[in-house]
Amino acid sequence: MKRLAGWASAALLGSTALANAEGMLNLYNWGNYTNPEILERFTAETGIQVTLTDFDSNDTALARIRQGGHGFDIVVPSDTYIQTWISEGLIQPLDREIVTNLGNIAPQWMDVPFDPGREYTVPWAWGTTGVIVDTSVYDGDINSIGLIIDPPAELQGRINVIPEMSDVMAMAIYYHGGERCTTDRDTLRAVRDTLMAAKPHWLALDYGAVDSYVAGDFAAGIYWNGASMRVRLQNDNFAYGYPETGYPIWMDNAAVLTDAPNRDNAMKFINFVLQPEIAALISNFARYSNGITGSEAFMDEEMRTAPEINVAAELAEAGRWGQACPQEVNDIHTQIWTELMQ
Amino acid sequence: MHGHGWKWLLCTPALIVLLLAASGPLLIVAVYSFLSPGNMGGVVWEFSLEAWFRVFFRRDIFEPDLVEWNRAHLQVFWRSIWLSLQTTFICAVLGFPTAWFIATRPRHTRTIWLFLITIPFWTNLLIRTFAIQEMIRNNGTVNAVLMWSGLIDSPIQMMFTEFAVLLGMAYVFLPLMVLPLYAAMEKMDFSLVEAGYDLYASRLNVLWHVILPQVKPGFIAGSILVFIPAIGAYVTPRVLGGGRTMMLGNLIALQFGQGRNWPLGAALAMLMLVVVVGALIFYLRVVGRNDEARRG
Repeated sequence: MKRLAGWASAALLGSTALANAEGMLNLYNWGNYTNPEILERFTAETGIQVTLTDFDSNDTALARIRQGGHGFDIVVPSDTYIQTWISEGLIQPLDREIVTNLGNIAPQWMDVPFDPGREYTVPWAWGTTGVIVDTSVYDGDINSIGLIIDPPAELQGRINVIPEMSDVMAMAIYYHGGERCTTDRDTLRAVRDTLMAAKPHWLALDYGAVDSYVAGDFAAGIYWNGASMRVRLQNDNFAYGYPETGYPIWMDNAAVLTDAPNRDNAMKFINFVLQPEIAALISNFARYSNGITGSEAFMDEEMRTAPEINVAAELAEAGRWGQACPQEVNDIHTQIWTELMQ
Repeated sequence: MHGHGWKWLLCTPALIVLLLAASGPLLIVAVYSFLSPGNMGGVVWEFSLEAWFRVFFRRDIFEPDLVEWNRAHLQVFWRSIWLSLQTTFICAVLGFPTAWFIATRPRHTRTIWLFLITIPFWTNLLIRTFAIQEMIRNNGTVNAVLMWSGLIDSPIQMMFTEFAVLLGMAYVFLPLMVLPLYAAMEKMDFSLVEAGYDLYASRLNVLWHVILPQVKPGFIAGSILVFIPAIGAYVTPRVLGGGRTMMLGNLIALQFGQGRNWPLGAALAMLMLVVVVGALIFYLRVVGRNDEARRG
């Protein structure tokens, strides 16, 4: 057994040694999110080789990093998870000697509630969760979550909702005038009853739905702004609405892991993506805004003019940051969600 | 006899793999189900029966003193079991003639038919599921053909229905039924079938009293191979069913993911294991007893 353990640790050491080699960087990011051109340019400029590994949810990323022995340098979690990453000591403060481009972050994204003053993280991309509507099927006002949770006749049975419990719960709670993690029973009861009544009108609760909207399977849904833009570019009947009662804003943020084997390279990469030209590459690829001042100039024309990307001033106020609710509240949400899907 | 004591050592590598890769994780799941949920996933090392309580009961969200059966969980359990039973039945009904067809081909062509049965295994399950989606969606192949032929005027809604889920499940699991059935039929003594006809048995009688008893081991193996993975099916209900209703696999995934309640997820997974093992024992008992009764 001892010998077995010896081999195992030798193998582990071997792989760590590989990851530690001069000029390496291991990036751990959401799938289909990293423009390959960014990595190519970074390597061309610095000689640092970048490997990219995908994750598919915040929970997956968190669980994997918590286990240790991952060998990654940079991770890109969402805003609601950042406090957990910081409080558990999983990510380290930015090295301001190396990360000198912090001033490029647009002022409204500098003092964010999940990382005031940007001690640990920098914006990667941000977006909104709203409603997408086929305007050839429904031609009324689209800036309402009521289209989904109290749908008009023409949309009934043709609705798709992303199976993101927190987004759906948040939008229904805002609809009833509550706060994100409210414990008010009357509000929660109203939320449950509204959702239960709406459910029979939903056709599906599906993530990967761009082609389904384009193909006409769905006429409306709760969806992300960037994905909605991809739908519209293929079928211009579709429009994206911002619910006036409140809609979630989210932001994915790059951070350097505490046990990053290539810390300095990671800091260099963080600084690299803070350049407007590079940040624009993120947006052109993923179809989301990036939060870096001046990056618009380098964005594709269709991004600069997209109503999904540029929130109208009168609707901007309804956008609200997400929040990871306490476990008791989350349990109630899970219970309502389970009841909804039973 | 010399060296006999060494022979059992030959299976130690397999035992070690089973111990480490099967029993180990299972043990962890079992232990987790008795702990408390951690902040944002994970567990805290505090003993708690809360997860097991919540599997079966729920406190009303709005009146915490009111405790009742957790109908939502029971319903999800039942839906998964019912879907698996239906899938097994459909596979058996479709698989029997298929296996029969192959088993009655000339020996040298059987390999080709068997080869055709295994072709789906070459492609990833997710890709095959999306291929089915392309066929049955509103502007998919099936609706296009039906509308072109004038049989229907507007597309039939097949995606995101129970029909779609059953179609996908039957498609995915059919080979697992055909192969053991074929193996049983290949060993079958066809002279008994002829003897049956010689004794003026009707076709139905031959099928019922001569063929079925002989291929029963194939049915048993096939049913087990289909039923058990079908209970935990995740991808097919999610993609073709549109995720409108939860299956057991989705419910467990919810607890480990967005629900952030790992102990509850672990308890549900353990219960699923118990249900599967229980169903298996029940099935073998019932089928085995019939066997003895017939012989007696």
